[in-house]
Amino acid sequence: MDYLLSEEQQMIKDLCRQIAVEKIKPVAAEYDESGEFPWDIVKVLAESDICGIYIPEKYGGMGGGVMELAIATEELSWGCGGISLAFAATGLGTFPIILYGNDEQKAKYLPDIASGKKLAAFAITEAEAGSDAGGIKTTAKKDGDHYILNGTKQWITNGGEAEIYTVIAMTNKAKGARGASAFIVEKSMPGVSFGKKENKLGIRGSATREVIFTDVRVPKENLLGREGLGFIVAMKTFDHSRPGVASQAVGIAQRALDESVQYAQERRQFGHAISFFQGIQFMLADMAIQVEAARALIYATARMIDSGAKGISGVSAMSKTFASDTAMKVTTDAVQILGGYGYMKEYPVEKLMRDAKITQIYEGTNQIQRSVIAAYLIKESLSKK
Amino acid sequence: MKILVFIKQVPNTTDVKIDPVTNTLKREGVDSIINPFDMYAIEEAIRVKEKLGDAEVIAVSMGPQQAVEALKEAISMGCDRAILISDRKFAGSDTWATSYTLSQAAKKIGDYTIIFCGKQASDGDTAQVGPGISMHLDIPQVTYVKKIEKITVSSAVVERMTEEGYDIVEVPLPAVLTVVKEINEPRLPSLKGKMRAKKAEIPVWTAEDIGCDEKMIGLDGSPTRVVKIFTPPPRGGGRLLEGDPAETAKELAGLIKKEIIG
Amino acid sequence: MKNNDAIIILNEKCTGCTLCIKVCPFGAILIKDKKAVIDLSKCTLCAACVEACKFDAIIIRKKEKAVIDLSAYRDVWVFAEQKKGKVQSVVFELLGKGRELADKLKCNLCAVLIGENTQEGAKELIARGADKVYTVDSPHLKVFQDDPYTRVLTELVSKHKPEIVLCGATTIGRSLISRVAVTLRAGLTADCTGLDIDMKEKLLLQTRPAFGGNIMATIIAPDSRPQMSTVRHKVMQEAEHDPGRKGEIIEEKFPEATYASRSRLLDVVEEIEETINLAEADIIVSGGRGVGNKENFSIIKDLALSINGAVGASRSAVDADWIPYSHQVGQTGKTVCPKVYIACGISGQIQHLIGMKSADVIVAINKDPDAPIFGVATYGIVDDLFKVVPLLTQHFKKTLA
Repeated sequence: MDYLLSEEQQMIKDLCRQIAVEKIKPVAAEYDESGEFPWDIVKVLAESDICGIYIPEKYGGMGGGVMELAIATEELSWGCGGISLAFAATGLGTFPIILYGNDEQKAKYLPDIASGKKLAAFAITEAEAGSDAGGIKTTAKKDGDHYILNGTKQWITNGGEAEIYTVIAMTNKAKGARGASAFIVEKSMPGVSFGKKENKLGIRGSATREVIFTDVRVPKENLLGREGLGFIVAMKTFDHSRPGVASQAVGIAQRALDESVQYAQERRQFGHAISFFQGIQFMLADMAIQVEAARALIYATARMIDSGAKGISGVSAMSKTFASDTAMKVTTDAVQILGGYGYMKEYPVEKLMRDAKITQIYEGTNQIQRSVIAAYLIKESLSKK
Repeated sequence: MKILVFIKQVPNTTDVKIDPVTNTLKREGVDSIINPFDMYAIEEAIRVKEKLGDAEVIAVSMGPQQAVEALKEAISMGCDRAILISDRKFAGSDTWATSYTLSQAAKKIGDYTIIFCGKQASDGDTAQVGPGISMHLDIPQVTYVKKIEKITVSSAVVERMTEEGYDIVEVPLPAVLTVVKEINEPRLPSLKGKMRAKKAEIPVWTAEDIGCDEKMIGLDGSPTRVVKIFTPPPRGGGRLLEGDPAETAKELAGLIKKEIIG
Repeated sequence: MKNNDAIIILNEKCTGCTLCIKVCPFGAILIKDKKAVIDLSKCTLCAACVEACKFDAIIIRKKEKAVIDLSAYRDVWVFAEQKKGKVQSVVFELLGKGRELADKLKCNLCAVLIGENTQEGAKELIARGADKVYTVDSPHLKVFQDDPYTRVLTELVSKHKPEIVLCGATTIGRSLISRVAVTLRAGLTADCTGLDIDMKEKLLLQTRPAFGGNIMATIIAPDSRPQMSTVRHKVMQEAEHDPGRKGEIIEEKFPEATYASRSRLLDVVEEIEETINLAEADIIVSGGRGVGNKENFSIIKDLALSINGAVGASRSAVDADWIPYSHQVGQTGKTVCPKVYIACGISGQIQHLIGMKSADVIVAINKDPDAPIFGVATYGIVDDLFKVVPLLTQHFKKTLA
């Protein structure tokens, strides 16, 4: 399929694929096993100028948008859905600054992210506040020229490895949904500490930790936007990052499809390669249909977001939901096609299935996504009346 | 300070096959790549530039128009600019004529401090061009360089790989250094590099541009000539041993022992 | 305007019959506007098309010949590479082949030995068949350096005018002989696997692999002298050692300036190789991608140990960092010629085969029945190497201990 990518976009796609094939794929199983953080891959991405593709040129990036982020994330995730998160989750943590930061904040933080010198992370989830993000308990109390942060964020991707954290905390509990604010917090600020590295089912090449704030004094210059904008910052950030998660899912799914197609031609049973049998053929066909459809939806969404269009939440949620459900189905089918071998760690597909699961859960569970889509449908319908 | 890297575009030999019917090389659809050893030369040249600062890395290739792709790839890795040396008159060049031609190009660029070459090209496999260039330019050379220990604008201390280990050699610059795989890990191209490569204008120099003596290039400049091409007699397959591992291992052990002891 | 191209198609004679296209080994000819057109960048002037064309429509331009008196050049020379005063064994192989060539040409076989305290080495060379040994003795020449050795060898060749010079394709040899050839404007062919004499033209026929060994080329240097070739270790047969042979030792001397060197040798570092030298080994056990990881390579090493063999590896194994590059066999590694080569988990890509296919007996153990290695193996086992290899090792330990 020709996606009519621009020359620059094609360059990004080709380079990320080269990195995935030459650098990521050979080490993916090792990182999956050890759970070590792939700093050497981060170095390759930095040297290849990948880290800054979605950051404005003014701050050292390439000036691309969600489309470029999606293309890069998919190719890198083809190599490994866990390792690619060092890059993709940094995108999530950086969007608040790009969307709501003022010039000083952007000038201070974006260049280091663009150059790959520092990673970022987004911190909203807490033990008691997952889908119900409104239930967060981390507080940010104004004290002169600072805000004092107290609380614990849970399951933060890149937690402990990132230097820059965009954190949503309650500045005024009484105001409910209007009572949260977004801050930029640095790892080096006194009072910032981390919990143990979580032992996960999949995406084990990424680091997930609790981020603990104990009387952290955050300068007021680090408030993003103004007080009370916290949840809006979060929602807008997710609108922009969902195609990224979707791309991660499609990258994993595409890899699963590629492995299955190859295996089906090599494995012989009943005197034939199993690709000869319609049962397998139909499975492969359905997998391919789903992956292409997911990708097409992501690209359409990404282009729409980059054009500055309004009302993107609905389609953004659709792209994430469809792609992640696809990834789960496709990777499960891949294991089925590889049969007994698919179940063994020696072969790459069981990892793909484990990696795919998270895409249905994080950055808004697919159930929440469906609520968002339903809300969008109803709103659209009401506005037409 | 100018650092030259001579590279060659070669067919990807893993893809080259013999057509069993016609006994000829099947080259359609075979990718052209930068000669693998030259990748290490490019990487080392860029590293020397990064170490010494004020330097320019120029990639040079003698080849057909198509070789521009290889030069663009060199730029995308970090070379500052590139030059293609191309002329019908170079047809039929053996290594003598090639090293003469490349040395003429080096003279035209002038004022070079280091000339990097890969140890050998994967199509010809002679490893003769690098040393040939050093003789034509009358500058010292070190071949099989596996590490540059120290480098300044006037001299370098390098490790030269030998069959038993390595020698440590101090060589004054300018000099030709041919490198082996052990020296580094070539970097991937960067996006900025790819964009620079896209925009890069690569001049094409002809035999006349670089002042070649017509008697020293192409057919006339090549003392060696190919008189025959043939496919090597295939070594036939032998016998497959049948049975479970215990049986086949036993049989094989016996056969090998007979071979050794007689 | 006269077409000065190296190879020309006479359009008026070309009928577009495509016979030339079919015989061209390099795919360098195509049809354009019903006439053949040669891609000069791919053409090697091998003249296969010239012979094949029924209409004499292809001509290779006559070369501008440099005028030298070819008859002034006599004798076959062998460069006797020495390290620490010991003549390298590849030299004895060159003398073996050199003897054949000299006999056909009815001339002398001579050796050139450059170093310090060369008397012993010179005697050895005579015992191995050299009629004359030219020695150049100086403390400055004790260890190889590019400049002095190039100058000395070039001066000797210019002075004595040998018609053929053979040299080992070693790190020293390849570096040295390229430089000498350029100064002398002599034709040099690297890594020859075959050397013979065209008795009619009294020319050296040099055969070598090209395109990763997919094709063999025979090369001549008709108009320049000397005709120079490098030959890899273990390709030719060693000359027998006959201590009773008589020969002449000619000591040559040069002014001190000849021995000057622009580069300085600061140190020589030897890296302790594992017991047996791969290139010399009679038995080699090699591991490839099928071995899986670094730890598993011990299975290969154990088998090698049990049979007193050396350990080899394919490029995949070396690239994956399972074993150092010094063990690599193949196009970009070492060429070996053992009695027995046991390839475990090696698919047999052409680049690997080039390095080992002249072994007497090749054994292949691979679970892929379609692996190309079975095409050249004397004995093959299609099975899991992790099952077969340890059993083999056990056998050898019991019976060869």
